[in-house]
Amino acid sequence: MRLVNYLREYGIFFAFFLICLVISIFSSQFLTVANWTIIFTQVSINALLAFGVTFVIITGGIDLSLGSMVAVVGVLAAIMAHPGDYPVIVPIVIGLFAGVIMGAFNGFVVTKSKIAPFIVTLGTMTIARGLALIISKGRPISNLSDSFNFIGGGVVLGIPFPIIILIFVFIICVILLNKTVLGRYIYAVGGNELAAIASGVNVNKIKMTVYIISGLLAGLAGILLTARVTTGQPNAGAGFELDAIAAAVIGGTSTKGGIGTIGGTFLGALLIGVINNGLDLMNVTSYYQQVVMGIIIIGAVVLDSWNQRKE
Amino acid sequence: MPENQINILKVTNLSKSFGGIKALDNISFGLEKGEVHALMGENGAGKSTFMKILMGLIQSDSGEVIFEGEKLAKTSVNEMLKKGISMIHQEMLNVPELTAAQNIFLGQETKNNFWLNESKTNNKAKQLFDALELSFKPTLKIKHLSIAEQQMVEIAKAISNDAKVIIMDEPTSALSEIEVATLFKIINKLKSIGVAIIYISHKLEEVFTIADRITVLRDGTHITTQKTEDFNRNNLIMSMVGREIKDLFSENEVFIKSGEPIFSVNNFTKRGKFSDINFEIWPGEVFGFAGLMGAGRTEIARAIFGLDTFDAGEIKINGEKVSKHSPQEAIKNNIVYISEDRKTEGFIPELTVNENISLSSMANISKNGFIQKGKEAEQSNKMVIDLKIKATSHQKLKNLSGGNQQKVLIGKALLTNPKVIILDEPTRGIDVAAKFEIYRLIKELKAKGLAVILLSSELPEIIGLCDRVMVISKGKNTIILPKKEVNQEKIMHYAVS
Repeated sequence: MRLVNYLREYGIFFAFFLICLVISIFSSQFLTVANWTIIFTQVSINALLAFGVTFVIITGGIDLSLGSMVAVVGVLAAIMAHPGDYPVIVPIVIGLFAGVIMGAFNGFVVTKSKIAPFIVTLGTMTIARGLALIISKGRPISNLSDSFNFIGGGVVLGIPFPIIILIFVFIICVILLNKTVLGRYIYAVGGNELAAIASGVNVNKIKMTVYIISGLLAGLAGILLTARVTTGQPNAGAGFELDAIAAAVIGGTSTKGGIGTIGGTFLGALLIGVINNGLDLMNVTSYYQQVVMGIIIIGAVVLDSWNQRKE
Repeated sequence: MPENQINILKVTNLSKSFGGIKALDNISFGLEKGEVHALMGENGAGKSTFMKILMGLIQSDSGEVIFEGEKLAKTSVNEMLKKGISMIHQEMLNVPELTAAQNIFLGQETKNNFWLNESKTNNKAKQLFDALELSFKPTLKIKHLSIAEQQMVEIAKAISNDAKVIIMDEPTSALSEIEVATLFKIINKLKSIGVAIIYISHKLEEVFTIADRITVLRDGTHITTQKTEDFNRNNLIMSMVGREIKDLFSENEVFIKSGEPIFSVNNFTKRGKFSDINFEIWPGEVFGFAGLMGAGRTEIARAIFGLDTFDAGEIKINGEKVSKHSPQEAIKNNIVYISEDRKTEGFIPELTVNENISLSSMANISKNGFIQKGKEAEQSNKMVIDLKIKATSHQKLKNLSGGNQQKVLIGKALLTNPKVIILDEPTRGIDVAAKFEIYRLIKELKAKGLAVILLSSELPEIIGLCDRVMVISKGKNTIILPKKEVNQEKIMHYAVS
C-alpha cells in the first residue's frame, strides 16, 4: 500500500533509474563520466526552456513561442557577437532583453485580451520566426568571437559551461517556486484562478511574470545554442517548445495547472536526454527514437491522470 | 411478506470498507413506492457511499440490494439507469450548449434513419414538461437556464428514463425559497405517479416539510428510521450528531452600538443589479443581507469587496473613503469576503491547509519576497487550532470535508486581521455539527469587535444571528429591520415587495 503510493509519487525517479539500468546493460559506454557530460550538455538547452514553460504551465497557461524566441535571440546576439565589435556582455544582455520583451508581449496579450494562451503564443511563435528571418535576412550569421562561443563550448574546472549555467538556473528556479511569494502565487493562480483573485492575488501580474520568465530563459537558451553551434540560425529552435513541454509533462507538471515542480521537469528533460543518448549508443535509428519518445510522453500523462483519480 | 411488495427497494446488511475503514456497516434500508425518504447524517456518515453503491458506481463488500423483487449484484451505472434508479446530482451534469430537450434525450436521440428528428425530440420534451408543469421552453439552451430550471431538466430526464427511484442530493442548495416551493410541487407530482425519492439534505426545515420518513446514518451505521412526524428538531439533530446540541442560536443580548460606525456604504449602485444601497455597521455588529435568490445580495457583497465593478456610490471604512476597488485593496483596508461558492471561488485544491490559510496574508509573512516558512506555519497552525479545523496543516484542501474547507477559508480571512468580514452563505452544504461551529465562530468574531455582514438564504440563520437585517428586493434595499422586528414573516413580506 505504502510502496504503491511511493511509486506513484516518485514514478519519474523510478522510471529514470530503470531506463538507466536497462541502457547500461546494453551499452558499456553509458555509465561513463564522459557520456554523462555529453548528456547534460545536450539536455541543457531543453531543460532551460522546460524550466521556463513549467512556470507558465503551472499557472494554467502554455508557451508555444519558445523555439521561435530562441531563434530571434540567437540571430540578434550573433549580430552583436562578431569579434572586435562589442564586449561579450553586449550580445548577452541584448539577447536576454529581447527574450524578456517577447515574454512580456505574450503576458500582456494573454492578460489583456483573455484569449487562450495557446492561441496567443501560437501567434507569437509565427511573429518571432518572421522576426528572426528579417533580422538575419534569412541567412545564418557566423564568425562569432571566441569569448562569445565560450558560453556554449567552454569548460570551467572540467565542467562544460552550459552545465554550469544549467545548474545555476535550476537552483534559482527551485528557490523561486518553493521559497518565494511569487512561487506560491503561481501555484495559487493555476490551482484556482478565481479563488486566487478573491484572495487578493494580482493574477495578471503573476501571469505576466511567468511569461517573462519563460521569455528570459528562452533568451538564455538562444544565446547558449548560438554559442554552441557558433552561428546564429534564423531557423534554429524549431520544435523546441514541444520538447520543453514534453519534459515538463513527463516530469509531472499538469497541463490543467496548479501542479508541477522544477525538479520533476529537470528529471523529465534528463529522461528525454538519456533515452536519446541510450538509443544512440544502442544504434537505434532516430526514427525509432521519436516513436519511443512519443510513447513515453503519453505514458507519463496517463500515469499522471491515473494518479489524480486514485487520490 | 406484504412489506416486500410495497418496498420497491430493499437493502439489507450492506457493508463497505475502504482500506480497513468501515464506511458502511450493516446498513438496512427500505424504500416504498411513492414515498419521499430523507437520508440524513453528517458528512462522513456514509450517505454518499450508500448512494454510490445504489447507483452502481462502487460495489458493496457484503449485503444485498433488492429492487422490485430482483436481487442486484455487480451492476453498472448504465444498468441501474435502465432499471429505473436515477440521481439528480448536486453539481449538474449537462451540456450547456445543447437545449433542454437535447439534454434530456442525450444518448437516446430520436432519429429518422440516420438523421436527427429535432421536432419530435422537442415534442417529447414538451410532453414531459407539461406533465411536470414546467413553465419554460424545452428548446432553450441549458446555459440560459437558472440552476433551478436545470434541475427540473434533470428530473425530466430521469422521468424520460422511466425512473422509479430518484435520488436527490442536496437539491435545494442553490435554490431560492420560491424555487424550492416549485421543486416541492414537482416532488409531490412525482410521488403521485408512484416515483420513490431518496432525499439527501442538511436542511432540517425542508426535510420536515417534504419527507414521509427519515433515516439517519452516523459513522456508517444505521441509527434510526421513523416517520417524519415522530421526529422533532431536537431528537433529529441528536440522532445525527450523537449528542445534544443546545442553543443553536442562544439568545443574544440586544446589540447596543457605541462610537462611530466602522463601515458604511452610500448610494451604492450598479445598473441592472442593485441601486441606492445605504447602510452603516458598528464594530461587534452582525448585519444580515436577506432577500430572495437573485435579489442582488451577492452582487452587492462582491462589489463591496472589489470582485465586481459598480457604477456609483462609495464605501467608507473608519470614516475614510476607499478609493481603489479590488480584492487586494479591500484586504489592505481590512475588508474580507468569503464567497458562497467554496469550490470555484474559495480554496486552492492542490495547496495545503497552511498554504491556503496564508494566501491572503503573504505581505505579513514574507520578507523581500521570500516566504518565512516558520512564521507561516506558526500563524496557520494557530488558526487550525483556534477554528478546530479537523485536518493536519499539510493536508491538501481537496481532501477535506466541506465544513473544514469552509473553516480554512474563514481562517484565511481572519489571518488578514479584518475589521469587516463578509460571509456569503457560510453554511451552504456543510453538516449540522460544522454549522454550529460556524455559528459559534460568528459570535466569537462579534465578541472580538469585528463587523460581520452575513448573507444567507436560510432565514433561521439570519434571524438567529443578526443584530439588524437589510432586506433586499430586486436590487433595492426595502427596509433595515432591527433585531426585535426580525422574523420570518416580516422578512418575507419585504423580500417580495
